[in-house]
Amino acid sequence: MNTLPLASFAGAIEFIFTPQDSNVTGGNKVGGFDKSLELVLKHLEVTALALAIALIVALPLGLYLGHRGKGELFAVGFGNAGRAIPELAVIALVAVLIGVGLKTVAPALAILGIAPILVNTYVGVRQVEPATVEAARGMGMSELSIIRRVELPLAIPTVMGGIRSAAIVILATATIAPLAGVETLGDFIINRNVYGENGLLAGAILVALLALAIEGSLALLQRRLTSDGLKVKTA
Amino acid sequence: MRTDQTRMRVLLAALAALALTLGVAACGSSDDSTTSGSTESGGEAGAIQSNPANGKVSLTIGSKNFPEQEILGEIYAQALTAAGYKVKSALNLGSETVALKAVKTGQISGYPEYASTALTSFFGLEPEEVPADGAEAWEKANAEFEKEGLEAFEPTPFASANAVGTTKETAEKYGLKTVSDLDGVSEELSLYGSPECPQRIDCKLGLEELYGLKFKSFTPVDIGLRYTVLEKGQADLSILFTTDPQLSAESDKFVILEDDKEVFPAGNVIFVTKKSVAEKAGPDYEKTILQVQEGLDLKVMQELDARVELEKETPKQAAAAYLESAGYVGG
Amino acid sequence: MASPFLLAAAGQVGGDFFKERTSDTLPCQAQPDHVFCFDWAKENIDRYGTPTVQHLEIVVLSVVIGFAVAFALAVLAHRRRRLQPPLLAATGVLYTIPSIAFFFLLLPLTGFGRDTAIIVLAAYTLQIIYRNTILGLANVPDAVKDAARGMGLTERQILWRVELPLAIPEIVAGLRVAVVSTIAIATLVVFINAGGLGTQMYGSGNLTFPTSIIIAAAIVMTMALAFDLVLLTVQRLTTPWRRVRPA
Repeated sequence: MNTLPLASFAGAIEFIFTPQDSNVTGGNKVGGFDKSLELVLKHLEVTALALAIALIVALPLGLYLGHRGKGELFAVGFGNAGRAIPELAVIALVAVLIGVGLKTVAPALAILGIAPILVNTYVGVRQVEPATVEAARGMGMSELSIIRRVELPLAIPTVMGGIRSAAIVILATATIAPLAGVETLGDFIINRNVYGENGLLAGAILVALLALAIEGSLALLQRRLTSDGLKVKTA
Repeated sequence: MRTDQTRMRVLLAALAALALTLGVAACGSSDDSTTSGSTESGGEAGAIQSNPANGKVSLTIGSKNFPEQEILGEIYAQALTAAGYKVKSALNLGSETVALKAVKTGQISGYPEYASTALTSFFGLEPEEVPADGAEAWEKANAEFEKEGLEAFEPTPFASANAVGTTKETAEKYGLKTVSDLDGVSEELSLYGSPECPQRIDCKLGLEELYGLKFKSFTPVDIGLRYTVLEKGQADLSILFTTDPQLSAESDKFVILEDDKEVFPAGNVIFVTKKSVAEKAGPDYEKTILQVQEGLDLKVMQELDARVELEKETPKQAAAAYLESAGYVGG
Repeated sequence: MASPFLLAAAGQVGGDFFKERTSDTLPCQAQPDHVFCFDWAKENIDRYGTPTVQHLEIVVLSVVIGFAVAFALAVLAHRRRRLQPPLLAATGVLYTIPSIAFFFLLLPLTGFGRDTAIIVLAAYTLQIIYRNTILGLANVPDAVKDAARGMGLTERQILWRVELPLAIPEIVAGLRVAVVSTIAIATLVVFINAGGLGTQMYGSGNLTFPTSIIIAAAIVMTMALAFDLVLLTVQRLTTPWRRVRPA
């Protein structure tokens, strides 16, 4: 790259807001605010959908296993294994073997998010003081109530940590979803030919900002949900 | 708490897994230099002579990011090595804008480009303005390149073009023989193409503006999946290349629609390089490249594409087999 | 189609250069619903050697650099409490930014290639190693530190001879997570032309080839498992007296 770094970033910011010329489009302009916003929303859409699927699958399972104290090897092993799964392979295999498009990509992304949610929920529940649970039982609460009103609130910091991890990995992998037929911000990055260097950088900037925004929001949510008694230690 | 015995077992398992990984790594660090066994070495073109004077020149050969391009890049790179140059390859650069920039900035010495792509993408020609004759197209492109201090060597025998393809069933169902036949039908059909296709005049944009077609939907997929999506019944229409091996090997399954309005110009391959690079590299640079591409007619290119895309050989292997079989490089 | 531009004496390939191919005679790897082609795998396993070595090199360099930086920062912040929140936030930001975006953010500065890959991957490991080191140091019981002070050790000696050794299990736990994550993420460096096993999953048509993707993924995960087990053993060997929590 012979351009100065700052000039490149300036060019990228400009790309986000005003449509640019492009060689291959026969005169049509690319980029601009509308397109950027469209892709940001699409990216969020895919991420939210996959995260929702992951939550529906992993949260109840983690709560149940943690409450009963069963399946530590499974839950923890899954978590460690989950970290080792290469995201690119998941997207690639789904695209080739099953099919392209949101219907197949969303579950694939969800798989990546299941591991951190499962592990953290399990560990979070296990770390609740047994005495507290016994006391609740002593008061006559049903098992389900104990999970809902005692264990889950106490496990919130750890559980939310898992959800945040899942959100980040899903959002990151959604960047390469255009390879499998789902349009996201990754479009700017993968289609350098159309969007140019400025588009490439713009895509990267937008993904980074989006990730920080999601992480920040979830951190705030965690703080809101954490009961005051737990807010003693720093995260 | 684990006992010592269990700890030892864990350690041994870990070391075994580690050894397995390193074994694979060690196994393959050597270059894969297998060539497919063609015993007859062909015609009169003659082997490439190695010129020691070329050893002082370092070249980097680039290519765009799909198999046919990488095969070509490998052919040129290996041929130039045989001619005595010090050659590095930087294949899989990206699309044409990226590759051209790489030549201009000196990142690579040169790369193979399609004359049609150069004319429409770099020099703003409308698709119907691209000359059908390969020599004419080259001259036009070369004239433009020279204005920027670049030059393009003479073209390959074969030419390739984008094409709208579909399954035989779909073609029969809707009576599709040419792209114009899609008029009135395409609204019910889904189109799959590369992520940049919607904005390319030699892709969906051209179909919309120059054929006046509208599609039910467009889905971006990696070029490598262009046949998979047809196979799986996900795509009604897919953007293919006329040199694709699947078109002959699986001709009972796939068919391309004739480009009757000539929106997808065919391009012979021309090697694009900087004038200054060519001068510094000496006469063998151009001579070797032109010599080694003489054998690349349509049939040969399709065979090479078949080896890489169907049999999953590496472009390096396919290129080596070609060079050897045609007698350019001693076998 | 353009008329072929022919030179006088064209080079000819040998007659047996061409293979007959029909839909029924296509080999396993060319067929659409293949999931895994054992024959192809056996014949072409050496294709994975160089990418595996590249992958290992990038991972090792990134983790070593990341560890060095994170460790130094943690030791620095252990004494100066005020530095902890900003450092945690800074390493957190580097962790949150998706690697693939980060690669391209650095493009104007360091371009394509291995250097960018290593910088980004190292940055990714900072948070976990920094946090675990801080945590490990903080978990050293005050009683032990007092005893050491009583024996006349200087603060620096206490750090290196007492606190850090006791913090090792926590540090190794963080290193484990860092290594496993880095091995997986390093597959993405293919997007900045830095090689690695990602090249066998995507690029020049590999995206269409399940066998290759599966083999490459299997190597990645085996590598991760191997490193994880070795480090886990180290972690357990250094804490015979404490029950190890799951990472």
